[in-house]
Amino acid sequence: MTSSTVLKGKAFKFGDDISTDHIIPGRYSHLRSNLSELAKHVMEDANPNFAHKVASGDLIVAGKNFGLGSSREHAALVIKLAGVSGILAKSVARIFYRNAINQGLPVLICDTDKIDDGDEIEVNLSKGEIINHTNGACLTFGKLPRVMLNILQAGGLIPYIREYGDFII
Amino acid sequence: MGKTLSEKILSEKSGTDARAGDIVIAPVDLVFAQDTTGPLTIRQFKEMKHSSLANPQRTVLFLDHAVPSPNRQLSNDHTFLRRFAEETGCLIFEGGCGICHQLVAEMFASPGDIIVGADSHTVTAGGLGAFATGMGSSDIAIVFALGKTWFRVPESFKITIEGRFPRRVGAKDLVLHLIGALEADGATYKALEFDGGTIARMTISDRLTIANMAVEAGAKVGIFPSDGVTRRYLTSRGRVNKYKAVYPDVDAEYERAVAIDVAELEPMVAVPHTVDSVVPARMLTGTKVDQVFIGTCTNGRLEDLAVAASILKSKKCHPSVRLLVAPASQQVLTTALRAGYIETLIAAGAILLPPGCAACFGLHQGVLGDNEVCLSTANRNFKGRMGNPDASIYLASPATAAAAAITGEITDPRELS
Ligand code: SF4
Repeated sequence: MTSSTVLKGKAFKFGDDISTDHIIPGRYSHLRSNLSELAKHVMEDANPNFAHKVASGDLIVAGKNFGLGSSREHAALVIKLAGVSGILAKSVARIFYRNAINQGLPVLICDTDKIDDGDEIEVNLSKGEIINHTNGACLTFGKLPRVMLNILQAGGLIPYIREYGDFII
Repeated sequence: MGKTLSEKILSEKSGTDARAGDIVIAPVDLVFAQDTTGPLTIRQFKEMKHSSLANPQRTVLFLDHAVPSPNRQLSNDHTFLRRFAEETGCLIFEGGCGICHQLVAEMFASPGDIIVGADSHTVTAGGLGAFATGMGSSDIAIVFALGKTWFRVPESFKITIEGRFPRRVGAKDLVLHLIGALEADGATYKALEFDGGTIARMTISDRLTIANMAVEAGAKVGIFPSDGVTRRYLTSRGRVNKYKAVYPDVDAEYERAVAIDVAELEPMVAVPHTVDSVVPARMLTGTKVDQVFIGTCTNGRLEDLAVAASILKSKKCHPSVRLLVAPASQQVLTTALRAGYIETLIAAGAILLPPGCAACFGLHQGVLGDNEVCLSTANRNFKGRMGNPDASIYLASPATAAAAAITGEITDPRELS
């Protein structure tokens, strides 16, 4: 498995309906070929301090319909570049879901009401469990389809196709 | 048990008995990217070390989001896309040709096709009976290389539309009402399949408007069965040979059924900052607007400009309103010029923008100032969408937009003569 099976970090909590325009606004389209600059604006319209505060391994924890809107894969990409190890949400918009997995960024559907901003979170991908070390809560998450799991395990879609040459379902 | 439209198309294309929930691999009839998603798509394609395109004549790049380019970085992205087209032989549509989804409808989409694009409003082609959906750059890069991709066969909602539209109420009001009823995540991963007596009387323009916004309820596709209207449209585009009857089985299984009587609809508006916060326009009377934008892949077609021109004829925009008009394609522009719509709109005070996305997503040509309010015919009003998180965007039909341009505030267009 290329991607780590244990994710550990602090929760950055967001509400419902965080759109791709919150994650990386269209006004920064001119930076899309300059990813390190683009990444400085990650989540800017939802939490202007996010890019400064987030540390490697931290997790984004959101309500329902995270990532709705545009197909820009840059949304998943800048989150990953910011060091975020995974996204936990009540539900995730379809295109964003595929994009995140294609970037090797785990997205887990769970009851995020049991996680507050700043909580210390540990996710065990192979066991399928999430532990909130701050309040002791233990959560489970919905299983990914096998094709997505394999893509995640390969570290993303491009490495997956380079490895297998085709989709294996 | 019969099949839904999505199950039928995906079964035929994948050569399997595809049912909701299955994962299938299917060949793609058309794949495209645009100028803000294309550069990453090409980089991902190159990273695969795959030298050629599976199907260059069905692989298309559109320069539509940032045209004419507002800055050097985007100009360089355009150069990068042009060079890729030269190297690989894929098709490219230059700035000024129009918005990708409009050009896909005018030139490529046919009933029963599978279309994927690196743009979420790829769903628009569902108005012509195509199974069309948006994906990100990596997924699209793989389709560039392999000519196929994987799909999870969606469960379908059956949306039955009956009745006659009241005056100055149309497809945009219907779809805003529908998004309001389903909510922004109400159809996530699902297909919306349209049905009912009213759709036979809907133009392709209306169907494209409705399919376009399916994604605002989270749907994977929004799809209309094909019929005589579809056939006539394809005939007018010189591709009647591509006509195919596509329709669901009568005993298809739907996860949910929604019935809408359009006779009961009224002009609707989505209020900031979510598309599913929908209220009747009359409840917003008195809300001042600074900018009105008529255009986009939702409502930048000839029929939309015709409605706006009919309301703005011999009238002037309110002095405190800027009216921006961007036709969805070059063909829309030239036809609207011949019909006199453009002259009418300019005489009323409109600023004409070149065919393309224009002010829709906040990059250029109509970025809002702090605390400004825009009434737009687009499909999204997210915070920051038009370039400023401290501005507000309301979404409505071309008729409601034209009415606001005249009065300077949100107005039920039925109140104007
Ligand atoms: S007009 Fe707006 S919604 Fe349509 S493709 Fe362009 S930016 Fe996207």
